[in-house]
Formats: sequence, structure tokens, C-alpha cells
Amino acid sequence: MTGVRVLVGTRKGAFILTADGTRRDWHVEGPLFGGWEMYHLAGSPQNTDRIYASASLGWFGQQIHRSDDGGSTWTPVGNHFTYDGDVGTHQWFDGSQRPWEFTRAWHLEPSLSDPDTVYAGVEDAALFRSVDGGQTWHELRGLRCHESGPDWQPGAGGMCLHTIIQDPRDADRLHVAISAAGVFRTADGGKTWQPANRGLQSGQIPQPEAEVGHCVHNLARHPQRPDTLYMQKHWDVMRSDDDGASWYDIGDGLPTDFGFPIDVHAHDPDTVYVVPITSDEQHFPLDGKLRVYRSRTGGGDWEPLTRGLPQEHCYVNVLRDAMAVDNLDDCGIYFGTTGGQVYASPDAGDTWAPVVRDLPSVLSVEVQTLP
Amino acid sequence: MSDSATTTAIRVHLPTHLRKLARIDDGELTLDVPGTVTISAVLDVLEAHHPVLTGTIRHHDTQQRRAFVRFFACEEDLSHEPHDAPLPDPVVHGTEPLLIIGAMAGG
Repeated sequence: MTGVRVLVGTRKGAFILTADGTRRDWHVEGPLFGGWEMYHLAGSPQNTDRIYASASLGWFGQQIHRSDDGGSTWTPVGNHFTYDGDVGTHQWFDGSQRPWEFTRAWHLEPSLSDPDTVYAGVEDAALFRSVDGGQTWHELRGLRCHESGPDWQPGAGGMCLHTIIQDPRDADRLHVAISAAGVFRTADGGKTWQPANRGLQSGQIPQPEAEVGHCVHNLARHPQRPDTLYMQKHWDVMRSDDDGASWYDIGDGLPTDFGFPIDVHAHDPDTVYVVPITSDEQHFPLDGKLRVYRSRTGGGDWEPLTRGLPQEHCYVNVLRDAMAVDNLDDCGIYFGTTGGQVYASPDAGDTWAPVVRDLPSVLSVEVQTLP
Repeated sequence: MSDSATTTAIRVHLPTHLRKLARIDDGELTLDVPGTVTISAVLDVLEAHHPVLTGTIRHHDTQQRRAFVRFFACEEDLSHEPHDAPLPDPVVHGTEPLLIIGAMAGG
């Protein structure tokens, strides 16, 4: 392994941070796509030169860019996201029904096996797939047309499909998470979907244990134990050991179980990371201390990771797509903040250092481990 | 105005984001627009020459102007005029450009 490439999406452009395997000295490139909101950049697991980027602007809409040389050059590809068939309606803030309307692509998920296949999770919530390197996009309409669709409603950030989890055993099996509807899974390549929210409890909806309606913030899975999934919900950190069929709470021991991102150590399915935030009303760290929490036991037993992170006067947030792990032997961890810092830990979270301090607000962080 | 057999050279200003996206170096470009010169006709030619701009000024499917895009010419806001209405004579004669503007919004 020769190094890492960290892909950072911000509210005003993208940045690429590169380092060798020590992850101590960084080269910072950017801003790329200056001025555009870069909701997500993601590299193909099969080809590290292939990177997809989602750029959007309130003025000019959605663009998808693709690089085939590791981010040195970029080509705009397809930006036509059209819902397939009857658009239908979903619930709006005032309780009325409102037609689905495409706003932006929140999350791009390149296929585990094919560099030309990539999924896009979009707002208003739907799942699209391209099989030609992002040139054309086709909706997997079975999800949006699920019988519960008219009951889905936007969270504060919009009604977005923000998380896509692939199953390393079977390309037809996917989990997605939608705010605010919850988790859905398919076993037939996206034709049919089932809610996967049993065990979740949300005090913010009329029926706390409803099948659909939960504000799931992020999911994570370890490829060596694919039936185990971890979840950061609006409140609660949850775990499933049966592929999402049921969930149980693993948040005991955290100072607060509200947060956005969750991730798993690259080589240990029982080591999990979250960034607790004070509350749904105060999206900043408790007591002004930026702390990542790590569990080495698959949840329920958490330790704060603080060395190198600000422990006073820190009131930034870490958004759902803004944490990632590399695959180097000692597992580097990275996260970006709404204050524009990107922190890196080359030792699984034991110590941290800022790579950059003054970027625009960070929306997403992904990392590629370079061969 | 022109009939469909001829074209009219129309000056068009694009916002910086769209010039960069389409890799247009000059601040103003000239498009040869066939038939009656309207906003729709200008955009049809613009998108044909620069497909990457499709969907950025008007929506893909509805062809409606995006909410935060404005069309100005001759110190008039034409954004709310029918897009198949003839553009003012100074635009058709090339003495004035059609300005495509990102509206004042956001930060």
C-alpha cells in the first residue's frame, strides 16, 4: 500500500488530500468545481482512478462529474434524473401531499464489482443507477413506489436518500436509508423493497415503533460480517445482526446518542466509530469538546478519542457522509466538520491531527487506499 | 426576424459557472439561431452546441426556466415572458446581447 487519497466535498467546492502510508504529510489540491455544492465524491473499489462527483447549485441544478485519472481531470457526464413513470406524491411538512421533485444527488455509491456501475441516492428520495459510467441514469422505481411512499416526509435537510449499502456476497442485495422514512432493503436488484426498521423507536413520530417514518442518519457494514449493520439514528445508535431484519440499541455508554455519521474499522467488524452531538436542537459537540467515540465490542461499551482534537470551544458538526476509514493495516480514520476542518487519525483513532483547518463547510469525506 | 431557412447571429452572455462548465473561454458567445429568434430557440441552439448545459438553465423534462435563472435584454427582465415570444429587435440585430443571469439568491 502506497498511500491514501481523501475526497472532500464542501459547500463551495471539492478538495483532494493525498499522503503516503504514514499519513503525516499531506498534499492539498483544490478547490475543484469552485462554488458548487459538492455533496459527495466516491471512488470505484475496482479502479482507484475512477471517481464520481456530485455537484449541485440552487441556480443551475445537478451535475455529475467523472474522473478516470484519479481526480487530475474531470468530465461532466449525465445529469438527467427523471423519476420513472407516475411521479406520485409524498407527505409535506404541512401534512399535504406533494409530488416528488428531483433536487440533487446526495450520495454516489460505485459498485463493488463494476467501475461503470454506480448508484445515486437523491432528493426527493429515490435510487438511481447508471451502468455506463454515469452517462445515463435510470430510477429503480420499486423503492419510491413502495406502498408506504405517500407517508414519507422530509427531515430538516430535505427528503433524501443518503445512504446506500451494498452486500459483498450478492450484488442484488442493497440497503438504503431515507430521511425521514427509514431503512429499506432489496434482494432482487432493486425491483422490490421491504422496510427494515423493526426495533427502532422514534419519539418524534406518532407511533414510535412504526414500520416506516424513522429519521435514520447513516448506516455502516463490515464486509467480513455482512449480516451485521450499524446505524446512527436521529437519536439512538443501533445494531442489527440479521441483515437489518431487526435492530437493538447499542448506545449505552455514550454521552449522547444523537449524531450523524457511523463507521466501522476496516479490519475489525466489532470496532465502531460515532461522533456524538449534543442534541437535535444543538448540532454541536457536548461541552465544546470534539470527541470521536469508539467501541471495540460492537457497541455498548464506548471510549472517547480526544488526542489531537479540540477539547474546548468547539461547536462544529460532523455530517452523515463526512467520516471514512482507509484499508491500510493500522486503519486510518478521517472526518470533516461544518467548520471546514478535516481531521485524520493514522492509528485507528488513538491520535488525530488536522489535515486542513479552513475549508468551506464539509459535506462529505471519502478515502481511497491507493495500491 | 428570420424565416426557418436562415439563421441570425445572436450574442449571448452566460454566468461564470456555466461558462466554466461548458469550457467557454470568452465572456460572450455568438449563436446562429434559425427561424424566429426567441428564448427557446436560443436555448435550443445553445444546448445543441454545449450539451453539458442541458438542464442547467431550464429543466430537462418540462423545459421551464429554473427558478433562480433570469433572462435580461435591453435593460428589461424577460424571464416571465413566454419563451416562444420574439426577442427584442436590438438582440436580433446583434446590437444587444441576451443576458442569462444567475439570480441574486443565496450566499
